Amino acid sequence: MLQDILVTGLVNGGVYALLATGFSLIFGVARIVNIAHTAFYMMAAYCFYGLLVKVGLGVVPAAVLAVAAVTALSVVCYRLVIEPVRQHEAAVLISTIALALIFQEVMLLAFGGSFLGIPSAVEGVVTVAGVSIPYQRLLILVVAAAVLAAVWYLLYRTRLGLAIRATANDLEVANLMGMHVHRVAMATVAISVALAAIAGVAVAPVFVVDPFMWLAPLVTVLAIVVLGGLGSLKGSLIGALVIGYVEALTVFLLPKGAYLKGAVALSIMVVVLLARPEGLFGVAFEEER
Amino acid sequence: MRLLAPFLAVTLAGSALAQDSIKIAVIGPMAFVQGENHWAGAELAQEEINKAGGIAVGGKKAKVELVRVDSNEMQSVPDATNAMERALTRDKADFVIGGFRSEAALAMQEVAMDYKKLFLGCGAADAKLGANVAANYDRYKYWFRVTPLSAPGLGRTLFAVLGDIAGQIRRDMKKETPKVAILAEKVMWTEAIVQAAQANLPKMKMEVVGLWQPSPVATDVTAELAAIDRAGADMVFTVLSGPVGIVVGRQMGERKMKAIAFGINVEAQKDGFWSATAGKGGYVATLDTYAEVEMTPTTVAFVKTFKERFKKNPTYNAGTYDAINLLKNAIETAGSTDADKLVPVIEKMSYVGTGALLEFDKSHDPIWGIGKDTGIAVQWQNGQKVPFWPGQVKGMKPFKFPGGE
Repeated sequence: MLQDILVTGLVNGGVYALLATGFSLIFGVARIVNIAHTAFYMMAAYCFYGLLVKVGLGVVPAAVLAVAAVTALSVVCYRLVIEPVRQHEAAVLISTIALALIFQEVMLLAFGGSFLGIPSAVEGVVTVAGVSIPYQRLLILVVAAAVLAAVWYLLYRTRLGLAIRATANDLEVANLMGMHVHRVAMATVAISVALAAIAGVAVAPVFVVDPFMWLAPLVTVLAIVVLGGLGSLKGSLIGALVIGYVEALTVFLLPKGAYLKGAVALSIMVVVLLARPEGLFGVAFEEER
Repeated sequence: MRLLAPFLAVTLAGSALAQDSIKIAVIGPMAFVQGENHWAGAELAQEEINKAGGIAVGGKKAKVELVRVDSNEMQSVPDATNAMERALTRDKADFVIGGFRSEAALAMQEVAMDYKKLFLGCGAADAKLGANVAANYDRYKYWFRVTPLSAPGLGRTLFAVLGDIAGQIRRDMKKETPKVAILAEKVMWTEAIVQAAQANLPKMKMEVVGLWQPSPVATDVTAELAAIDRAGADMVFTVLSGPVGIVVGRQMGERKMKAIAFGINVEAQKDGFWSATAGKGGYVATLDTYAEVEMTPTTVAFVKTFKERFKKNPTYNAGTYDAINLLKNAIETAGSTDADKLVPVIEKMSYVGTGALLEFDKSHDPIWGIGKDTGIAVQWQNGQKVPFWPGQVKGMKPFKFPGGE
């Protein structure tokens, strides 16, 4: 059973890391709690489905176009919905909830409530330590690792990354130094949503696409970023692995309570909020900045 | 007065039309396959009845008028009760048919009973709906369940089919005590079936290797399936109505599991299951209601007409067709649309439906029995839903195992 837990936890942790990274990034650098983050992920999954299955494009062009379209949509949403209320955190929260519900209802109208499936980009199964893992899930792990590396490179090795970190560090000083802080925030939103879209495209072939698919991951992502420290990319990665393993442990050790795996994640979130509100890496992140 | 005349004529014509028609509210989640089938079955019945002149009541023929009511019950139970309230007060429906989620059907049942309106269920399986009738007849007598069978009835069919599949495993795989993993979503309607499975399977010489209960909306069951694989299960007994049914089918296929999945998998009853699982849902088997097999003398004709008209197979929610025709028979027998006069007529009725011979017990649930109402079992084979049980019914085909015949 140990090898089952090790492998299953790692694979699921990779999926969660992909989702949590963008959510954490946008808060860390732009202080925006984007509840619509996983709704953008849902939009990307639908876009990918439409282009791949309905239009008949290949996997790569469909994936690239889906990510590009959803990223463009996020910029429009930022300008119209988030930017006007950005100074008021509660208003941002409510606006992004409204955005998510609008996306959900639009997809319900466009595609109906049917559950849709997307063919895997890579077929086949590999057996590791006696545990079968489909190649598509391994691909998600690879994509998650590549995306995390790319985000790190962008933030720490490029001028845009420097501007993003400077703005996150002190918005007013960055403004006085001549940086266009609104443009930097917009770029951050675009990068963050692009990450969600990549997650949507990568994960859609192993999940079921439906208008409500954004809700369950949102809860898990919230638990991960609270555990890891809101805004910390390192925290998101480690938080994702912890939650992935906790869920695997729940299912393997308490099969009758498999439905409780979401509740266990939420319980961890509540405990972390009570005992260490900054999360595992919140302080380190502050120092880092 | 001359100016008022056209207005009065329109008003009177409207009221005359209302008297000449019987208004039936079709309530269901209209943005979903279940609601689509509710509506399609009802529409087919309405067209046939109206084409033949309507329903004979009090020496006159009344046309059937349908009211489409979106319960939105997949997302919100309060929305469903509001929709029922609206159907009965604003739309002034004479009868209500439909419902899907047990939680929503129970709440809608209360509203319909408050207004003493006949509510013919075509979707929810929870036993509590019928138990209400037995416990408080005067209040709940206006409820009848047309389809599916109640949860205990579904359980009886499940165990009958499981017994047959276990027999095939014993015969073909030389395993005297097949191992069964129970995979049931954690919701109200599955509880009685799970308890019955845990109690009955050992008596049927099957070993229960564990119970796994994911959420009905779980998007990933890899951990559960890995644990089931590890337990050496020959069969996965599924009790699933949510999208997790697709995930189970797809991920079992991806993992190339040797265990066979059989049980209730509502998503596997739909035509879209094969594409939703990206073609990985082969060998998944489930209880179902309709196929081109001779369950009753009208089954094949109904399925063919439905497919021709709507370009898809009916799901059990299309039992609204039977609900309306049953109502027609009852109204014509009673000579009235008064619910209090119709209840005793329906209680004594023996109605040959499109999926079953319907007779009701004291809970107003369909009576289970081979030749009466059992439902059928189907298996996905090469992209087709193939009916295999009850074996004695004309048109059934063999059940297959992965890697074998």
